[in-house]
Amino acid sequence: MDYRQHRLDNGLEILAECNPQAYTSAFGYFVKAGARDESNEIGGVSHFLEHMVFKGTPNRSAAQVNLELDEMGSSSNARTSEESTIYYASVLPEFQTPVVDLLSDIMRPSLREEDFETEKQVIIEEIKMYDDQPPYGGYERIMSEFFGQHPMGQSVLGTVDTVSALTPEQMMDYFRMRYSPSNICLAAAGNIDFDQLVADAERSCGQWQAFDAPRITPPANYQTGFVTLHRPQAQQQYILQMSPGVPTEDDLRYAVGVLISTLGDDSGSRFYWEFLDSGLAESAGMGSYDYHGCGAIMTYICCSPQEAQNNLERLAALQQKVVAEGITQKELDLAKRKIASNIVLASERTGTRMFSVGAQWLAQQRFKTVSEIAEIYESLTLKDVNDALGALDFSKSMTVVVGPRDDLKL
Amino acid sequence: MNEVILHHQFDNGLTLVAQPMPWLESAAFSIAVPAGFRYDPEERLGLANFVCEMVQRGAGKRNSRQWVEALDSLGVDYTSSASLYNTNFGGAMQHAQLLDALTIYADVLRRPMLPADQLDDGRMVCLQEIAALGDDLAQRALIRLRANYYGSTDGRISEGSYESVAAITIDEIREFHHTHYRPNEMIIAVAGKLEFDEVRGHVGELFADWDAQPVSEVTSGDSKHGYDHIEHPSEQTHIAIAYPGVPYSHDDYYLNRGAVGVLSGGMSSRLFTEVREKRGLCYTVFASCHTLLNTAAVLCYSGTTNDRAQETLNVILDELQRLSDGITEDELRRLKVQIRSGMVMQQESCRSRAGSIAGDWFHLGHVRPLDEVNERINSLTVSAINEYLVQHPPGNFDVVTLGPQPLEFQHGLSTAQA
Repeated sequence: MDYRQHRLDNGLEILAECNPQAYTSAFGYFVKAGARDESNEIGGVSHFLEHMVFKGTPNRSAAQVNLELDEMGSSSNARTSEESTIYYASVLPEFQTPVVDLLSDIMRPSLREEDFETEKQVIIEEIKMYDDQPPYGGYERIMSEFFGQHPMGQSVLGTVDTVSALTPEQMMDYFRMRYSPSNICLAAAGNIDFDQLVADAERSCGQWQAFDAPRITPPANYQTGFVTLHRPQAQQQYILQMSPGVPTEDDLRYAVGVLISTLGDDSGSRFYWEFLDSGLAESAGMGSYDYHGCGAIMTYICCSPQEAQNNLERLAALQQKVVAEGITQKELDLAKRKIASNIVLASERTGTRMFSVGAQWLAQQRFKTVSEIAEIYESLTLKDVNDALGALDFSKSMTVVVGPRDDLKL
Repeated sequence: MNEVILHHQFDNGLTLVAQPMPWLESAAFSIAVPAGFRYDPEERLGLANFVCEMVQRGAGKRNSRQWVEALDSLGVDYTSSASLYNTNFGGAMQHAQLLDALTIYADVLRRPMLPADQLDDGRMVCLQEIAALGDDLAQRALIRLRANYYGSTDGRISEGSYESVAAITIDEIREFHHTHYRPNEMIIAVAGKLEFDEVRGHVGELFADWDAQPVSEVTSGDSKHGYDHIEHPSEQTHIAIAYPGVPYSHDDYYLNRGAVGVLSGGMSSRLFTEVREKRGLCYTVFASCHTLLNTAAVLCYSGTTNDRAQETLNVILDELQRLSDGITEDELRRLKVQIRSGMVMQQESCRSRAGSIAGDWFHLGHVRPLDEVNERINSLTVSAINEYLVQHPPGNFDVVTLGPQPLEFQHGLSTAQA
């Protein structure tokens, strides 16, 4: 395994984990542009832009982009979150140069009016699709309730109203604010010819003009409360809860990650025994989410409406118990074993490695190897993990319940 | 890529099939026990799924909690599910733990406690699964479609109904386990970093003294064809379409697979291009090959806001019918490189290889080596696929929609009936 790094003069970072043994190669452009970088007026523009990137450039029509991706047999897609937009493709190594050429070209999209209006309909269909799916807008609602006026409360999809009102000019303005090469990383993993990759990126991206693209990271003012979204036709009740967590910049997030996995993992955790083994819930989990300058612990429970009040009370009791007593050495040991095993399994997928390389750049502009990350987790002591409880506060929570019940309370 | 497939059949009918992948540090297993939900009695639908839940609530000398802890301490990422033919148990882990993990699963299959005091908790888990399906509208449309298309046994779901699961007793669970968890027709597939002789010896110690059991016959029938609508106050109308396909074991499988790949193989495929890219009618649209042992279907799905759903249905049906006009050289060329690429990517994961070789053994009685698959794909020609499509033009569509209003059919489609 060979870790390589190169920065173009315009600031574009190229990071690769080169493994000559690998059968495939994966490439991704990681852009620090997401919903949190939007104003209310252009809500949903980051995600809409992600779609428009596949709609062609001065060199290629939308149909040509799709044809070429298929002709390389690529497995490709894109995703947008509150903090980033990622464009990626996995291919056989022989397609390295053509796929990098294509991905690089589409990163400078034309945003043609006709394509814009057609794709707007697809986005509206996507919004409506999620409206029909559990938890029926519960995620967007809890993000906006918990973060309040903070940029992290901005919805990734936007609304039918904001998306309908968007113009190609507004999208181009946004593009010119966020898609600076200094705000982008080209991440690669697998069977990579790194010198060739640098040459290809230089040829395709070297002329991109750099500009300042700062992100506003005000301190979070986490909100507390209880919100009921009454949805009589739903069969299950959905409970979402968020409380303060640790930010991306804080290395405490590793200890918090282990702690939360002992509580809310899908096997053998306290949540597992409390909610899943007993059949009190169909699904139940707790996760730690870190963002630039802030973080959150999020709980999700899907259960029958008649168990919902009971489950809310059990959740509160479970939180109080861990705050009072911490976790045990046995729980820590099991969690570490699972994490170590997951690291090995994930490290064998080229696509997963590419995401790890790019995600680390998004988080901290630096890069840790698989064994360095494994070592961090392995070195955590029971004291480290229980001390991390001090950085959390389950009592300062925002709860959103969605479903047929309109009489639930904390 | 050096693909080696090894197998061994024990005297009691148990098959071990293995793909050593020495370039990995992990290993995975996929166990198919011939205890699928086709054996559920009509008034006890959901029984195989309930048994699958119960055998994991303590086995051998470990109670429920010790069992989960044992797997967690080995770092096994494990799954289980009941399918029509088999109940499946799978796991992936660091390679050194493979034999110990198989030891734990020998207890699950042969010596489950099936504790009566866990029956109510296990039942709750199964009832929760049924309730969750109620909120999955796309699945509800596809479940109704498969029930109509395949009929009473083959078109079932694993979960059963509230009433049938509520009625299941601990004695019925123990009886189902005793009758259907058996070594004959059982497949244990392993893939990853492993020594075949070592695994074979270990599996022999665990399972070779397990006696074969008689096999009972199951029939299926009562399919309903035509149009069926589920009324629901949703934002989108969910459209599910089926037409006859080709089983995986049939010689024509790859001809049909090629044709469906042209419909729905990638971003330049016909359905994605015509329904989503050109008209913006949906976010999701696909067609896929669904195969049982002796019968098969092509299943299509899309979801569109209600006032545009009729247009989506019309465009999809037009594209399905246009398929019999033939595919082009360019389409086939793109399809071939996509399939080849997908096969190579699968080789990165021992979990997906273990699942694939178990599936191959179940459907074919052997593993189709990737070289052979590659050869079959490469030898596909436009004329052969087009000839197949002339002989078997997509038609006789069965359609289920879920939404506020039923849709209409330009060329007529009868209401679903037996």
